[in-house]
Amino acid sequence: MPLNFTLASRNLFHDRLRFVATMVGIVFSVVLVMVQMGLYLGFGEMVTRMIDHADADLWVMRDGTKCFEDPSLIDARKQGAYQAIDGVASAEPLVIGFSDWHMANGAITPVFIVGSNLEGPGLRPWNIAAGSVDTLKGEEGVAVDKTYYERLGINGLGSKAEIRGQPVQVTALTDGIRSFTTTPYVFVDMSRARTYVGIPKTYANYFLIKLKPGADAKQVSNAIKAQSPNYEVMTTAQFSERSRTFWLFGTGAGAALFAGAILGVIVGTVIVAQTLYSSTNDHIEEFATLRAMGSSNRYIYTVIIYQALLNAIVGFCFAAAIGMIVVFFTRSGALPVVITPGLMGAIFLLTVVMCIASAFTAILKVVRIDPVVVFS
Amino acid sequence: MSGAVLEANQIRKVLGHGAGQVHALRGVDLALRGGELTLLMGPSGSGKTTLLSVLGCMLTPTSGTVSIAGHDTANADAETLARLRRNHIGFIFQSYHLFPTLTASENVQLALDLRGEPSAPARVRAHAALTQVGLAHKVGSFPREMSGGEQQRVAIARAIVSNPSAILADEPTAALDSENGQAIMAILAEIAQEPGRGVLVVTHDARLLPYADRIHRIEDGLIVGVEAGQARKAELRAAAAGPR
Repeated sequence: MPLNFTLASRNLFHDRLRFVATMVGIVFSVVLVMVQMGLYLGFGEMVTRMIDHADADLWVMRDGTKCFEDPSLIDARKQGAYQAIDGVASAEPLVIGFSDWHMANGAITPVFIVGSNLEGPGLRPWNIAAGSVDTLKGEEGVAVDKTYYERLGINGLGSKAEIRGQPVQVTALTDGIRSFTTTPYVFVDMSRARTYVGIPKTYANYFLIKLKPGADAKQVSNAIKAQSPNYEVMTTAQFSERSRTFWLFGTGAGAALFAGAILGVIVGTVIVAQTLYSSTNDHIEEFATLRAMGSSNRYIYTVIIYQALLNAIVGFCFAAAIGMIVVFFTRSGALPVVITPGLMGAIFLLTVVMCIASAFTAILKVVRIDPVVVFS
Repeated sequence: MSGAVLEANQIRKVLGHGAGQVHALRGVDLALRGGELTLLMGPSGSGKTTLLSVLGCMLTPTSGTVSIAGHDTANADAETLARLRRNHIGFIFQSYHLFPTLTASENVQLALDLRGEPSAPARVRAHAALTQVGLAHKVGSFPREMSGGEQQRVAIARAIVSNPSAILADEPTAALDSENGQAIMAILAEIAQEPGRGVLVVTHDARLLPYADRIHRIEDGLIVGVEAGQARKAELRAAAAGPR
């Protein structure tokens, strides 16, 4: 082990109280950044979950639709015309919208209806925990997430309620299909969905287009737009990105999360800078001795940088462990914290950069050392 | 006796500005010869420490020249002076200036590490230097586990381990009792026997006079006298070998 690393590590761990204080600061800062960015990723995934799970290559919607939950009506009678376009395998309408769930005890709670043609490709419930999708084809069958028992006043399969005065029965339960708006999703057959959200049979909110193998998405898109000039056609990826951008940046939610992350970086940088400066100050005679002995500036900088790196590595390890605990406990919540390996790597780099940048003030202090002080 | 390993000619040093200006050195000439232990003696405020700082390439003289092992320090930048220090000068300080978090061996190795020497041979050389000053049994001890005399011996080992041309010692016995002080001086006198190495000891302690080959007396920033020392080093070394 290089001697300057030994000197750096011993100086750092020598004052345990200060080291613990530094660790608390770094861990607080890194966990804050990690959670904020994890929420950002989690939120990003959450807001596009429906789009990403739909069995569609293209989405047809009214011009200016901002996100999945922004339903504007389109003409459902275009289905035949779209299906006739060269390269289109299927064109299935999708109906969505808010409605009221009337519980058996008389209480009411808002729900978000998702109605798709259950015979063809579309947007069906996934992660089925109990029951089956086929049961939704019945007169009253609906699928809800099992995390909403209390919210919907149900206790499992067979529970009954009403939507817009129509009796419904829970015939399928999903696991983990939660809405970031906290309004429960209710999956139903498309025809009943129109009744529940109150739109005529000739309307829908989206068309989900499935392309034939080898079909040109751009050509199909242009053909649809030629038939429906007021409609937009987007690939699933494009619509997903538009929804994510709207919710993250159109609403300020993303900016708030980023602001929290930046605050974390600032807090961490200041704490590490203060600690390194104070540590350097406490060991200033030693640095002066090094200088008197003929040490190059580079050698002294290396000692300080090693201290910064040690702070970063130890602090990050603690923060990563806490981050994983947060991920575990939020995994089935309304807004899970998602920490991907990429995010973890990026935050490690950020921590290293933050700690090295913090060494700047300490280095400035050392640069000004007059070695003559060793004689005083 | 060898030629000068460190030479200062007409050194002047003015400290401060304006009305607060002090002429700390006023034309000092000094030659530190290899194989000799030279004492620089003078009262407080006579310019001893300023001269030591200039000779040690830590302070640039206002005028005059300093040459160390044949290298002229005139116009040298801070990094060049630092290189001269680490390659040609060993320092011993009154308050030892050891690194409290490093062992005796690591403290000594540090002088070699600064020169970029690999750690394995550096460790061997550090042990040899500690053995030379009678601390072979303390290689793994931290400064807090050693007496003042032992710490100063570690500092001496650190100063000699890189085999410098000049060793500059600032009041090396001031913080020690008489017995340990004599032992340290005996070691320094022994170190000064090497032909290519000169030892300069700054002191105001007259008890060190017997160890000197040469004595420079400084007053008010001027060398006011140079005397030959007494030749009692071997005798004193033998006497001081006991308390180590």
